[in-house]
Amino acid sequence: MQYISAERYGNSYRNAEKKRYRDRSRAELVETVAETVFTFCAFCSVLAVASITLYMVVNGTPAVFRVGLKDILFSSTWKPVAKEPSFGIFYVVLSSIAGTAMAVILGVPVALLTAVFLAEVAPKKLAATVGAAVELLAGIPSVIYGMIGMMVLNPVMYRLEQRIFARTPGHQFTGGANLLSAALVLAVMIMPTVISISETAIRAVPAHLRASSYALGASRVQTIFRVVLPAAKPGIATAVVLGVGRALGEAMAVSLVSGGSVNVPLPFRSVRFLTTALVSEMGYAGGLHRQVLFTVGLVLFVFIMLINLSLNRILKERERQDD
Amino acid sequence: MCIHRIKKKSVWWLLITVVFVIVVKMKENKIAQAADSMVCGQPIQTVPNQQNRNRSEASGEELCGSVTMAGSTAMEKMAGILAESFMLRYPGVTVTSEYTGSSAGIAAVLAGSADIGNSSRSLRKDEKDCGAVGNIVALDGIAVVTDADNPVVSLTTEQLTDIYTGKIRNWQEVGGTDEAIVVIGREAGSGTRCAFEKLLEIEERCAYANELDSTGAVMARAATVPGAVGYVSLDVLDDTVHVLAIDGIKPTQEAIQSGSYLLQRPFIMVTDGELSVQSKEVRAFFSYLKSKEGQKLIRSVGLVPVDAESK
Repeated sequence: MQYISAERYGNSYRNAEKKRYRDRSRAELVETVAETVFTFCAFCSVLAVASITLYMVVNGTPAVFRVGLKDILFSSTWKPVAKEPSFGIFYVVLSSIAGTAMAVILGVPVALLTAVFLAEVAPKKLAATVGAAVELLAGIPSVIYGMIGMMVLNPVMYRLEQRIFARTPGHQFTGGANLLSAALVLAVMIMPTVISISETAIRAVPAHLRASSYALGASRVQTIFRVVLPAAKPGIATAVVLGVGRALGEAMAVSLVSGGSVNVPLPFRSVRFLTTALVSEMGYAGGLHRQVLFTVGLVLFVFIMLINLSLNRILKERERQDD
Repeated sequence: MCIHRIKKKSVWWLLITVVFVIVVKMKENKIAQAADSMVCGQPIQTVPNQQNRNRSEASGEELCGSVTMAGSTAMEKMAGILAESFMLRYPGVTVTSEYTGSSAGIAAVLAGSADIGNSSRSLRKDEKDCGAVGNIVALDGIAVVTDADNPVVSLTTEQLTDIYTGKIRNWQEVGGTDEAIVVIGREAGSGTRCAFEKLLEIEERCAYANELDSTGAVMARAATVPGAVGYVSLDVLDDTVHVLAIDGIKPTQEAIQSGSYLLQRPFIMVTDGELSVQSKEVRAFFSYLKSKEGQKLIRSVGLVPVDAESK
């Protein structure tokens, strides 16, 4: 800052100039501090992601080298505390995938049609009520889902199981805690996510598309299924992917309803997911067993990352389409 | 100074450095914990400890210090009640206890972060090699429970073995109603499961329909699922479930003390090295355990006290 000589402009001017300078430097200070704070906050989350990734990789890989990737991923015997332990998580991975897939198959159609109902069909008042209910569903903690699943769904499942397998002598009865129960609970849990995101996507479909469709003589149902839903496809795909992520990462509810034995993932077998393997064994595991659990965590982490990457790809695709 | 002036690249380097430092610290911690690698680092760690102990023994007459416990969830009741009454008796000593699981408790003792590790399973060889010494403090019975409506009163050892290995699948085969058996157990690594399978000699041969991760969960499922059978520690029993006798003997404190009830296991308190080299506070804790008062407390939580001999 340069001063213009005081003799020429007088004292009063100089004072004003000084004040302005002070104010400006104060403002600059505030700016700098604010910027630093923002930057720091932004780094916090980046730091968290980076350190979690590193931690998982650093802790998850030693067991891979000690046991062998093939013996962990593609062997189906999980006997971590036996004299000759074997750490095959093939069925566990398969259960996670099967459970998530079943949840999506059961949950997404219902959720999608609910979204269509909310966005296209329902009168405003009814839509508001149903929408509020859906939001409420999203807010229920997962342990509550698990508890209700255990207390209400499992006994019903057991009755069904007894009826179906009454004449099958080789069947091991699970008491209703099985893959199907887990998938049903997960289906309900992913619904709010899928509903709200696909509803937004459907609402965002421009009105002129609908108008053109009606003008061509299409009925309402034809318009919804032939015009609106295809137009909202990227949004719906996002919704499904997020739902898959939620289902894959859920631990609490699943651990309460799925039975927890390592088995081939069939609907009426009790199964263990990647998440529940971690939850149930971490407290008591030691040595190599513990390390392998970290590898299980790493596998789960990789799955979630893949889901997120595919989500990013979908979003980018959508951007390109919009352009 | 303006933040724009800092080059973006340098910020990234800073970030990477911070992450790296954190990871290195974590690694150091982990090696110290000796949980995963089972590195025997005792000589290095015990030497300064030993000096500390000697000094405190030389100078202090009053008991004043701390005892830290970590370990089994099955021993929570016992450890909690002992810690509280010990602190009442010796106000200068703080006893803290964590319930992190048997293996974690033993690892904590070996790493020097706990004085006593509560374990509901016996020590493994690698743990003994690292200097862990188990002191049996109580005997626990493992009760076999079913839902309250099950008419079966007693099972033979053989029947129980067959049920858990999947040979018997219906209660009819052991004198009950025509109801499928739902075999419930604990997760791999659990102290209770380890002891149960070892006692029946069916290690790794069990065909569980449900593997649950806590004693409470087993109780809840056994109580609600018709035809269920599960095993739990003696001290959590209540009337929501039906307790089976094994070979005609009910799991009572007397039966466990006399040794006639098959499914019993020791609860041990693990120390790093023999009792005689422990700090004054820890030794006082063990002698309190052995005292009449301590034995009464152990009995009050449904366990059978034994003299704390090292094994």
